[in-house]
Amino acid sequence: MFLEHVNPLQASIFSSLAVVSLLLTFVMLGSHWLQNYVYAFAVQSWLIAALSASVGYFAGYPELYVIAVLTALFRGLVLPYLLMRIIGRLNAKRELHAVLQPSSSLVLGALLVMFAFVIANHMNRQSFLAAHVVVMALTIMLSMKFLGFLMLAVRDEAVSQILGLLVLENGIFLGSQILVPGMPLLIEIVILFDLLIVVACFGMLVRFLVVHAGTTSSRQLNRLVG
Amino acid sequence: MAEYLLLILFAAPLAAVALSFAVRSSRLSEYVTVLAAITDFVVSIPLLISVLGAPVTLAHNYIQIDPLGAWVIVCISIVYTLASIYAIGYMRLLNEDQRLPLFYGLFSGFAFTMLAACVMNNVGVFWIAIELTTLISTFLVGFEREAESTEAAWKYIVVVSGGISLALLGTVLFYWGGSFVLGPSYAMTWAALHQAAPSVYPPLLLVSFLLVLVGYGTKAGLAPMHTWLPDAHSESPAPVSAMLSGALLNASMLGIARFLGVVRGASIDGFAHSAVVGFGIFSFFIASLFIVRQTGIKRLMAYSSVEHIGVQALGLGFGGVFGVAGALYHMLNHSLNKSLMFFGAGNAMRAYGTKDIPGIRRVLKVFPVSGTLWLLGAVGIAGAPPFALFLSEFTILRSGIGGRYRWAVIVFVIFLIVVFIGFLSHFRAMYFDEAVEPDIPRLSGSVWRTLPMWLAFIPLLIFGLWWPHSLWDIFSRISHDLMGGAQ
Repeated sequence: MFLEHVNPLQASIFSSLAVVSLLLTFVMLGSHWLQNYVYAFAVQSWLIAALSASVGYFAGYPELYVIAVLTALFRGLVLPYLLMRIIGRLNAKRELHAVLQPSSSLVLGALLVMFAFVIANHMNRQSFLAAHVVVMALTIMLSMKFLGFLMLAVRDEAVSQILGLLVLENGIFLGSQILVPGMPLLIEIVILFDLLIVVACFGMLVRFLVVHAGTTSSRQLNRLVG
Repeated sequence: MAEYLLLILFAAPLAAVALSFAVRSSRLSEYVTVLAAITDFVVSIPLLISVLGAPVTLAHNYIQIDPLGAWVIVCISIVYTLASIYAIGYMRLLNEDQRLPLFYGLFSGFAFTMLAACVMNNVGVFWIAIELTTLISTFLVGFEREAESTEAAWKYIVVVSGGISLALLGTVLFYWGGSFVLGPSYAMTWAALHQAAPSVYPPLLLVSFLLVLVGYGTKAGLAPMHTWLPDAHSESPAPVSAMLSGALLNASMLGIARFLGVVRGASIDGFAHSAVVGFGIFSFFIASLFIVRQTGIKRLMAYSSVEHIGVQALGLGFGGVFGVAGALYHMLNHSLNKSLMFFGAGNAMRAYGTKDIPGIRRVLKVFPVSGTLWLLGAVGIAGAPPFALFLSEFTILRSGIGGRYRWAVIVFVIFLIVVFIGFLSHFRAMYFDEAVEPDIPRLSGSVWRTLPMWLAFIPLLIFGLWWPHSLWDIFSRISHDLMGGAQ
C-alpha cells in the first residue's frame, strides 16, 4: 500500500490540501451568510479534486485523474450552481435564528476535531509507517463528519442542512482518496452521480416546503411530534 | 435458471415504471403495477428455491443471489403485491386522478430499488441501492402534498441521508481495513470483507462495524435513530406506509445481518452481537413507551414497527439457529401483519376523516368484515397466539434464554407485556367504547381494500398454527451461512 512509502514532500502536499479543506469547513461553521457556505463548499471540492489528482500522480493510479475531473466538475461547479439557484429562489440570504452563535459553534467544532483526533489515534496501528498521514486523514475524515452533523444540528435553513449533508460526504470522499486510493472506480463514480441526484431531490423538496409548509426553516417544521 | 428469474423479477417493476410514465393513464398504471407485483411474487419463490443449493453469481461478481437475499426478496414482493392491490382502492379516494401515474411509477421504482439491494454482492453498490430507496420514497412520503406530509418527507430525507452517510464511512473503513490483507485494490464483496475481517486491527474493525450498524440502523428504524420513522409512516398514503414498514425495513435489516456475517469469527464478533442486541432492546423500550401514550392511529402502527424491528435485531443478535430462524420468520410475519394493520388504519382514516384514535369509535359498525380482520390483526401484532408473530417471537425468546443474553430476554418479555396491554387498549377504545355513536357513511369500492387484508390475514393464521418444515430448512441454511454452522 502506497502510504507505507510516502515521502515527506508527498506527505506535506496531502496534509496541506486536507487541512485547508478542514479549515474551509470552519469557514462554513463561522458564517451566517448562505452564499459563503456555497463558496467554501466549492473551494473545498476543488481542493479534494486536487488531492485526488496528486494521489493519482504519486501513487500511480491514473483512474484517479478521472475522479479528480468529475469531482471538480460536479462538486466544484454543478452542485454550487444548483445550490445558488435554490438560494436565489428562496430569497434567504442568511441564517436568521442561529441556535449557537458562530463563535460558540467554532469552539464546539474545535473540540469535536480533538475528539476525532483521539478516535483516529486509537484506530491506527502504532507500528504503521507514515502513521502521521494516516492519522491526519482519519482525523479529518471524522472531524468533517462531526462538523457536518454539528451544522445539521445548529442550523435551521433548508440550504444549510443540504450543505451539512454535503460536508458529511465530502469528508468521506477526502479521506477515502488518501486511505483507499485503490477503491474501485465504478463505485466512486456512482457515488458522485448519486450525490447529484440527492441535490436535485433536495431542490424539488425545498420547493414543496415553500409551497406546502410555507417555510424553509426546520425550526417551523414542528407539527409532527410524539 | 436463477438468472432468468432475476431478469423477470427486475424487468416487471421497471416495465411498470416505464408504462406508468409513458402512457400516463391512471387506470392502466394501477393494473400494470398489480400485474408487476404479482409477477414478482410468483417469480420470487422459485428464485429462492433455485439458490438453495449454491448462491448464483452474476455480472462480474456484482450480483449474488443467496438464500438470505432471496428470502428478503420474497418478503418484499409479498408486501409489494398486497400494497399495490390496496393502492387501487385507497388512492382513488384521494381524488388526485391525474397524479396517479406518477404515484404508481414511483411506487414500482421504490419496489425495484429494494429488490435490487437484496442481490447486490458489492458492499458499495448495496449502499447506493439503499440510498436510492430513500430518494424515491421521499416523494412517495410527500405525495399528499399537505404541510404535514411535506414536513415528514423533509425530515425523512435529512435524517436518513445523514445516517446512511455513516454507513458509507463505515464501508470505506472496512475497505481500508481489508486493504492491509488483500492488497490496495480488490473487489469489495461481502465474502472478501469477511475473509479479511479476522486480520484487521480490532479497534478499526470495531469503529467500522459500529458506523455501519448506526447507518443501516437509521434506515431500519432502530432507536434512537428511529426519529424519521413515525413521521414518514404516518404521513404517507397507507399503501406507502405498508411498503416502508413491511419491505424497506427488511431491506435495511438485510444490511445489518450481512455485516454481522462479515465480522463472524473476528475478535469483535461477540461485541458486535451485543451492540445489535442493545439497539434491539432500546428500540423495544422506546416503542413501548410511545405505544402506550399514542394518539395517532398510524403513528401507533409506526411505533409498532420500531418494536418489531427491535425484535428482529434481537433475534439476529442472539444468534444461533433459533435466533436467526426466528428473526427471518419474524420478518415475513411482520411484513404480512403490518401490511394488514396499515390497510385497516387507512380504511379507518378515510372513513372517519381523522388520524386521531379518539376520533375513531365503534369500528365494527362501519366495517363489519374488514374491521374484524383489523382487530384480529391487532391481536396478532401484539404477539398473541394463534397468529404467526407469536411463534417467531417465541422462537427468538427461546434462542436467547440459554445464552449470555438472559437479561435481554427478561427485559424483552416485560416490554412485550407492556406493548400488548398498550396496543390493545387503544383497539378496545376504538371498537367497544359505547360513549359515542358514529354517523359515518360507508365507503364504496371496498373490495380492493378488503381483499389484500384477507390475503394478509389468511397466511398469518396458517403460519401461526403451522411452521412449514421447508421454511425451517431454508432458515437453518441461511443461519449456517451467517453463523458458520457453529452452535
